[in-house]
Amino acid sequence: MPASDTTPAITAQHLVRRFGDFTAVNDVSFTVQKGEIFGFLGPNGSGKTTVIKMLTGLLPLSGGDASVQGIDVRKDPETVRENIGYMSQNFSLYSDLTVEENLTFYGRIYGLDERNLRRRIDDIVQLNGLGPYYKRLSAQLSGGWKQRLALGCAMLHEPKLIFLDEPTAGIDPVARRQLWDLLFDLSAHGITFFVTTHYMDEAERCSHVAYIYFGKVIADGTPDDLRQLPEVNPPGTYRVEISAPHVTQALRAARTIRGIRSATIFGQSIHALIDDNLDLGHLREQLEQQTIHVAEIRPLAPSLEDVFVELTFRHQALQAKEPAVAPEAPHA
Amino acid sequence: MLNPFRGFGAVFYKETLHVRRDFATLFFSLIIPILQMFLLGYGIDTNIRQINTVVYNADGRRESRELLDRLRNSDTFHIYRYVNNDHDLNDAIVSGKCRVGIKIPVDYSDKLIHQMPAQVLVLIDGSDSSVAGQAINVSTAIGLDESLRRVLASTDSAFAVNMRPKILFNPDSRSPNFFLPGLTAVLLLNVTTFLTAFSIVREKERGTLEQLFVTPVRPMGLLLGKLLPYLGIGFFELLMIVTAMRFLFRVPIHGNVFLLAFLSLPYIFVSLSLGILISSKATSQAHAMQLAFLTILPSIFFSGYIFPRETMPKFFYVISYFVPATYFINITRGIILRGAGLVHLWADALALFTMGSLLLIIAARRFHDKVITA
Repeated sequence: MPASDTTPAITAQHLVRRFGDFTAVNDVSFTVQKGEIFGFLGPNGSGKTTVIKMLTGLLPLSGGDASVQGIDVRKDPETVRENIGYMSQNFSLYSDLTVEENLTFYGRIYGLDERNLRRRIDDIVQLNGLGPYYKRLSAQLSGGWKQRLALGCAMLHEPKLIFLDEPTAGIDPVARRQLWDLLFDLSAHGITFFVTTHYMDEAERCSHVAYIYFGKVIADGTPDDLRQLPEVNPPGTYRVEISAPHVTQALRAARTIRGIRSATIFGQSIHALIDDNLDLGHLREQLEQQTIHVAEIRPLAPSLEDVFVELTFRHQALQAKEPAVAPEAPHA
Repeated sequence: MLNPFRGFGAVFYKETLHVRRDFATLFFSLIIPILQMFLLGYGIDTNIRQINTVVYNADGRRESRELLDRLRNSDTFHIYRYVNNDHDLNDAIVSGKCRVGIKIPVDYSDKLIHQMPAQVLVLIDGSDSSVAGQAINVSTAIGLDESLRRVLASTDSAFAVNMRPKILFNPDSRSPNFFLPGLTAVLLLNVTTFLTAFSIVREKERGTLEQLFVTPVRPMGLLLGKLLPYLGIGFFELLMIVTAMRFLFRVPIHGNVFLLAFLSLPYIFVSLSLGILISSKATSQAHAMQLAFLTILPSIFFSGYIFPRETMPKFFYVISYFVPATYFINITRGIILRGAGLVHLWADALALFTMGSLLLIIAARRFHDKVITA
C-alpha cells in the first residue's frame, strides 16, 4: 500500500520481544510522524537497539504490530529495508575501502544504476562536505568524518526515514554539533529521523522523544509536553537550582531539610524539587545554618533529564510494589 | 519479484577491492602452497628403499656372502653395520639405528652343501608397518628365489610359471607422479577454505554484517558475491600448481589439461562453500582459523591421498565419501596418471558440485534465520 502523506513514518503497537524467558521489549507503543526527529532514549540495555532491529525486520516480533513507511514489518521486511536508511553505532564502514568505494558499494547494494549512483554520490559528497576526502581510505578519517560518511552511505538511496543508533557515541563535540545541524537540514527536507542517544542535550533538540526503561516506554511526547507532565511537577511543588561551591556537602545538607522532596547533583549545582510552602529565602537560611555556603538559588523549569530521573524513580517504586512478572535481568 | 541473488554485484565489487587492498595476504596464500609443494615433492619418497640393516654373519663363507650380496642388490636393504654377537644385533634394532637385523647361523654353508634346509633369521622392527611389510616381502622373495635356483639347478629344469608384472601407469614408480596429483587437493584448501573462512566472520567482528542485514541484500547474493572472487584465485592457484608439477617435477599429464582445469572448478567451489559455512558459524577469526584447520586432516587421511580407501574400516570408508578431496584426488589421479576422460569422471564432478551447493544453501539458511546477530 503506498504511504500517503498523513501516514505516520512509524507506528509501533504493543511490541514485545522475548529472548528465552527474558522480555527485552515489553508492550512498547509509539507513533513517529513524517518529518520528525524522534529521539529514542534510555539507559544501556533498556531495549533501544532491540526495538530498532524489530522495526527494520532483523528480529521477528514476539508480539504486537509495527508498520514503517506504511509497510507492515511482519509481512514485508524486505520492502521495509528498501525504504529506510540505517546507521549503526560503529558506523559500519569498510576501513580498507576509500570514501568513494564505500559509497559506491552501498549504492549498488540498493540497486542504483550507474547514472543515478554518480548523481547521488555527488549530492552526498557535496551535502556532507566529503569532497576533500573522496579518494582517502575510510580508516584514515577522523571519527566525525567517518560518521558523516556512514550517514552518507545510509542515505544514498534517498530513504525518507533514517535510523541512527547512537550516532554521536565517541565523537568530539564539534562533530556532534555539526551532525545535528545536518540532521535539522535534512529534516527540513522532509526526512524523518529515528535517533537513539544517551546525551540529554541531544534529546532536547528532538521534536519528539520517548524514554524506554527496561523494555517499557515510560515517557512519550515533545520535550515541552514531558517537562509539563504532572508526575514531574506534582501539585504544591516547584523546582529550584542551588549553586554551591561544595556541591556534595550541600546535597547532604539539603536532604536533611524538611520540604525538599528530592535533590540531585547536576554539574556544579543541585536540582531540587521542593514544597510550595518552603520559600527560597527560608531554604537559603536553613542551608547556611548547616554552614553551607550558597552562591545562588533560583527557580528552574525541569530539564528532560529531570523528567527522566523522576519517571525512572516512580517506575522503580511502582515495580517494587507489584511482584515482577518477568525477571528483569539487564539485557546483555 | 524477490531476486534471491540481490546484492551480488555490489558484494562482488567490494570483495575484489578487499582482495586487492590486502595484497600481502593474497601473495602469501598463493605462494605458501607452492613452497609446500616443493618441500613435499622433493622431500618425500613413497617407495621404501635402503632400509638400514644390521647383519650378524656367524658363518662368513662364500654362500653366506652371496646371500648378503643378493639382499644388498635388491635396493631394499642397506647394510649399515656388521656385528659379532646376538646382543649387538638386538641392540642395533632396539636403539632404532636399524630396522632389520639378519642373522646367518654358523652352519649355513654346511647345510646348503649337504642339501639340507638352511635357516636365516630376519628380525624386523614392526613400528612402521609399511617398512616391515616391504622387508618381509623382499626377504621372503629372495629366500624363495634362492631355494628355487638351487632346486632347479640340481634337476636341470626351467621355471614352470613365469610371472611378468607390467605397471601400466607411472611404470618407474616415481613418487612425485603419485604424490603431487593428490597433494594438489590438499594445497588448494589454503587458498579456498582458509580465505573464505575469514570473509564473513571479519564482517561480524567489524560490525558491518549488521549493516548489511539492514540493506536489501539477500543471503545468496551476499554469499556468492563473497565466494566468486576467490573462485578466480583458487583457479589461478590450481594453474600454478599444475604448471609447477608438469615442468618442475616433470610429472607427465596423460589426460586432457583443460578437462583437469574444468573439473577443478567444482572442487574449488565446494572448498570455498565450506569456508563460507565455517565463517557463518565462527564467532571470531581465531575460531574460524581453528575450524578451517579441522578440514585439513580428513582431506589428507580419509581421501585416499596417503592411505588407500579400500583398506579403511567400514565406518571410515563411508566417511571418505563425505570428504570432497576424495573426489578431487580421483579426478587428478585419473586425468594426470591414467588419462581418464569426462566419461570416467563426471560422477565425481557432480558429487562435488552437489556438496558445494548444499553447503552454500545451509550457510544461506543461517542468514535467513538471522542467527547471526552481532
